[in-house]
Amino acid sequence: MTRETTDAAPSLTLSGIGHAYLGRTVLDAVDLTLAAGEVAALVGPSGCGKSTLAHIAAGVVEPSRGRVARRYRRHGMVFQDPRLLPWATARANIAYPLRLLGLPRRERRERAEQAAQRVALDRADLDKFPIELSGGMRQRTAIARALAIDPDFVYFDEPFTALDVALKRRMQDLVIEAARGARFGALFITHDLMEAVRIAHRVVVMDAHGRGIAGTRAVPGKPGGRDDGTVYRLVAGFLSDDPLFRHIHDIDERRTP
Amino acid sequence: MTTARAGALLDRLGRVGQFLWSGWAGLAGLALFAALWQAGHERYGDFILPAPLATLAAGLTIAADPAAWELAGQTTLRAVEGFALAAAAGAAGGLAAGYSAATMRLARPILTVLLGVPPIAWIVLAMIWFGSTDGTIITTVLVAATPVVFVGVAEGAVTRDRGLDDMARAFGAGPLARLTTLGLRHVAAFLFPALTVALGSAFKVAVMAELLANTGGIGGALAAARANLDVAEALAWVLIAVAGLIAVEYTLVHPIRSEFERWRNAARPWGVKR
Ligand SMILES: Nc1ncnc2c1ncn2[C@@H]1O[C@H](COP(=O)(O)OP(=O)(O)OP(=O)(O)O)[C@@H](O)[C@H]1O
Ligand SMILES: [Mg+2]
Repeated sequence: MTRETTDAAPSLTLSGIGHAYLGRTVLDAVDLTLAAGEVAALVGPSGCGKSTLAHIAAGVVEPSRGRVARRYRRHGMVFQDPRLLPWATARANIAYPLRLLGLPRRERRERAEQAAQRVALDRADLDKFPIELSGGMRQRTAIARALAIDPDFVYFDEPFTALDVALKRRMQDLVIEAARGARFGALFITHDLMEAVRIAHRVVVMDAHGRGIAGTRAVPGKPGGRDDGTVYRLVAGFLSDDPLFRHIHDIDERRTP
Repeated sequence: MTTARAGALLDRLGRVGQFLWSGWAGLAGLALFAALWQAGHERYGDFILPAPLATLAAGLTIAADPAAWELAGQTTLRAVEGFALAAAAGAAGGLAAGYSAATMRLARPILTVLLGVPPIAWIVLAMIWFGSTDGTIITTVLVAATPVVFVGVAEGAVTRDRGLDDMARAFGAGPLARLTTLGLRHVAAFLFPALTVALGSAFKVAVMAELLANTGGIGGALAAARANLDVAEALAWVLIAVAGLIAVEYTLVHPIRSEFERWRNAARPWGVKR
């Protein structure tokens, strides 16, 4: 798939987005456009408003200013915390969006099990309640829930933080595979520049105070086409030479006296 | 598929077993109570406190009398009618208050006033309004039981997880879908304990109101027993009222509640389960 042909019809357009919580501005004049099938990694220091932006884009939060135009069919979302229904089993949690779509019980069950398989959740764990699952299992349940509805766009908000290295890679490969097969585009929030460079077409850096997008960098090559050495070199290059990335890990140094 | 079904069945059987076990523990508690009662009887004599077995015998005699069933039925009907009204009014009001802060602010002082008026005053008022009829009893029960349900439901609605609401919204759920799939399910966990308490107080208030308003039922029978200074009969009627309450609680309220609390129990080790 070539990006040039799809640039004409963006899947998501955010224009002039601003938002304030209780009078405190957290986002201002954010413009961002994602091409169809594009995976964009959104990075920025903690508290700069990445999650808020994703919530606005997904229609969870009404922005105070600006417009959101969605041109995809249906989105899924993986929140920063799993947000599972505590009273429902993992299976029922994965099937919850399907229930909202009004699918018959049998089909819900089948599709939930397929989605669970994609995120390597054991069948035996599907009958457990969230409280009985490990942190990583909960996160995978939440990922499966987002994938079960067969979305053509997915919002990922730091989805793989609770996973071990091997599982993290496996989940990243899932996103890469989806991007390559044009199954879905994604806005992928992460703190991990390695992850961003590995899976995305483009890295978008948010301003440290939510005042718009500080800049974006296309990542050379295609997701899935970059080996580990390339990823490592690209990240090292970004961090040492590119002023855009100078502040993304700043937050700790700023806070410490 | 079949193994899953068998597993679910086993799970349910396990819960029935647990439930019976809790009934067994309850029986032990009752036996202890009866022993204390017997000790009291031996200390104070037949007139003040008849023996538990004698009371039981009196209770059985009453239970063998169809007229007594009619009286008990009368009380039960009144209590349940008042309870049903209270449950409906309390749940609706509680939901409204839990979802809208303005309603909550309006409702809170009204609630304080309602709770501040002693039940006995309501009985007097209801007697003036309705005379010695069912209406008196039902009104008193309604006033006594509604605040309990209201507070429980409102607390449930207020403590709902807004993160889950946002999650549902992200997957395209409208307000109605969010209410039915998330809000009501969360509130149910608060509703059932409140209903248990409300049902208990409905029975107690119904009996008290019957006694004071002289409108028949168990309360009326109690009044008659008092007039005849028949302590055994009075205690027998109390026993019957309590037995009815326990029956309703263990056949209806507890099974439904344990079904709703399944996920909470899932995290508890075996020994700690109630
Ligand atoms: N519900 C809320 N009410 C008030 N303020 C909020 C709320 N949610 C977020 N904020 C504030 O908005 C700002 C941006 O928060 P947001 O969660 O979008 O940051 P983030 O970039 O996702 O951070 P992180 O990388 O740590 O997840 C923060 O200063 C936060 O305190
Ligand atoms: Mg965040």
